[in-house]
Amino acid sequence: MSSSTTAAPRVPALRAKDDRVARKSLATRILSRPEIGSLIGAIAVFVLFCVVAPTFRAAPSLATVAYSASTIGIMAVAVALLMIGGEFDLSAGVVVTTSALAASTFAFQLGLNLWVGVVLALALALGVGAFNGWLLMRTGLPSFLITLGTFFMLQGLNLGVTKLLTGGVSSDSVADMDGFAGAQAVFASTLKVGGVGIKITVLWWILFVVIATWVLLRTRVGNWIFAVGGDDAAARAVGVPVRKTKIGLFMTVGFAGWFVGMHQLFSFDSIQSGGGVGQEFIYIIAAVVGGCLLTGGYGSAIGSAVGALIFGMTSLGIVYAGWDANWFKLFLGVMLLLATIVNLLVKNQAAKR
Amino acid sequence: MIRSRKTAVAVFVATAALALSGCSSSGGAQKDDTSSDGGGNVASTPRVKIAMVTHAAPGDTFWDIVRAGAEAAAKKDNVDLNYQGAPEAADQVNLVQSAIDSKVAGIAVTMAKADAVTPVIKSASDAGIPVTVLNAGGVDAWKATGAIGYFGSDENVAGQAVGTRLSGEGAKKVLCVIQEQGNVALDARCAGIKTTFSGSVENIFVTGTDMPSVQQTITSKLQQDPAIDRVVTLGAPFALTAVKSVADAGSSAVVATFDTNKELVAAVQSGDVEFAIDQQPYLQGYLAVDALWLNINNGNTIGGGSATLTGPAFIDKTNIDRVAEFAAKGTR
Repeated sequence: MSSSTTAAPRVPALRAKDDRVARKSLATRILSRPEIGSLIGAIAVFVLFCVVAPTFRAAPSLATVAYSASTIGIMAVAVALLMIGGEFDLSAGVVVTTSALAASTFAFQLGLNLWVGVVLALALALGVGAFNGWLLMRTGLPSFLITLGTFFMLQGLNLGVTKLLTGGVSSDSVADMDGFAGAQAVFASTLKVGGVGIKITVLWWILFVVIATWVLLRTRVGNWIFAVGGDDAAARAVGVPVRKTKIGLFMTVGFAGWFVGMHQLFSFDSIQSGGGVGQEFIYIIAAVVGGCLLTGGYGSAIGSAVGALIFGMTSLGIVYAGWDANWFKLFLGVMLLLATIVNLLVKNQAAKR
Repeated sequence: MIRSRKTAVAVFVATAALALSGCSSSGGAQKDDTSSDGGGNVASTPRVKIAMVTHAAPGDTFWDIVRAGAEAAAKKDNVDLNYQGAPEAADQVNLVQSAIDSKVAGIAVTMAKADAVTPVIKSASDAGIPVTVLNAGGVDAWKATGAIGYFGSDENVAGQAVGTRLSGEGAKKVLCVIQEQGNVALDARCAGIKTTFSGSVENIFVTGTDMPSVQQTITSKLQQDPAIDRVVTLGAPFALTAVKSVADAGSSAVVATFDTNKELVAAVQSGDVEFAIDQQPYLQGYLAVDALWLNINNGNTIGGGSATLTGPAFIDKTNIDRVAEFAAKGTR
């Protein structure tokens, strides 16, 4: 009708309310963070076990839970970054064993200081990551397939090399070699805080999560990661170095694998060559429970930490609660599902606002 | 200078080693690694082919020792041994079938999944190929297959021996750590402990492929239940981890285990692990091959129609020094 006359004054009003730039309320902004749903899920799990398991509340028990979460979480934060970047790494579990075996075998066989082994293992782990990333960019195959190949190759290498050099299937104990004490202090020591033993991995984990969060939210590299995970063709078109970013993300996973591998080596002295298989899914689960999307482009580093915490609390909480061990995996599955559903409900609530 | 040259050498040797092993591990069945085994003389009987098919997963210390025993017997008996392992029953059946098809002189096989492998063992016996059964799982089932002998242990009997020993020590509560959910043999060990132990036994499941979580789970259980005074693990590597859990939890529980390896021997010597119960895997591999050789060349059978048990044998402070010598060579 008389739309032409009424439309003109309405435009500025509309612009002021443009939802692309409108400031959302604080509650909405908090609720729409990727990790918030899982955080509420984590609180629910924590309260539940505090109620049903008296020993769960004790400080030493919480330290054990934190340790458990940290060994998953250090990997999960790297895996989360990779998933935000739109890729998977199925070799993340065995690369831990590969680096631990490499460090101990190099040093043991050649009688070198253990730190030499540690550095060589780092180079190897980063190399595996770089190889994954390079092959991905070179072939354009799904990362699921490429890293599945690496997963099997590393498994074979772990066993084959160990068998060849030691004649057995586990690496020789390195507990009496030069550099062990120092490396143990860095990777696998226990700090006494008020009579409670806190594993040093917990502190490293917190540090890695803080760094990853800062990179994601405050740096250009963080924007690149979100961009390549959302749509890498579009990202490339606007000048994001897609190749570098993705290879870098795979190398980050390699670095985390190396770190956890060193922790295992210096806390258990000798490494079983068949270890690490199946762990890759735990890391992916922690990242997804923490709000990462399987499709990439969305997620957070803190979320992966919360996911790891939920996993650690649940797997040990069931033990602290003294529930029948035969049903352990069922309880674990139910708890994870509940935590994820709480996550979803919160997210939907946020979307409605 | 020296340091950097050393590093350069290290990198070179490592690369070479990686390259070499890359070749051998990708070739499927791995080449024999000759371990130091007894006897310089080789039997004068004609050279025959024997196949050994186990349910071993690659990378298990236990099966390494079984294989070392089998290789030793094969060397002494002038036998051409073809060792294969497949954890999946269907794959194991196929391997036995292909041994039958290639007309080997004898077959040594494990029966972890007895129902699945019984028919193929029967068809081997029907084809006139002598079969021996080794290790665990088939302690009763083997008789129905026409096999000529059984060399292994009865997991339940081994568990009972542990239960009796712990009762004698005055233990009150045992934690039995199972590293693989749904494994019949592991379950039978804990069940055996339960039948003879005077106190209470509780089972706990851990993820065997993830050592930190094994340590964390045992620690949390010890924190939850301070009454636990014995931790029994079902594999040597887990015993060493349990020792760390006990320290973490500030518990006074004593650790004992099934099966041994090199590191465990040291732990028994130092007193960290009280005892290990051994089913003598070397003997299982050795006897399974040797019995076939005796049967082929002299018509003998071992065991008189009953199972020949290779365990349980305890390894503790009283005999550890003798065992340590052999364990270092990978034969105990």
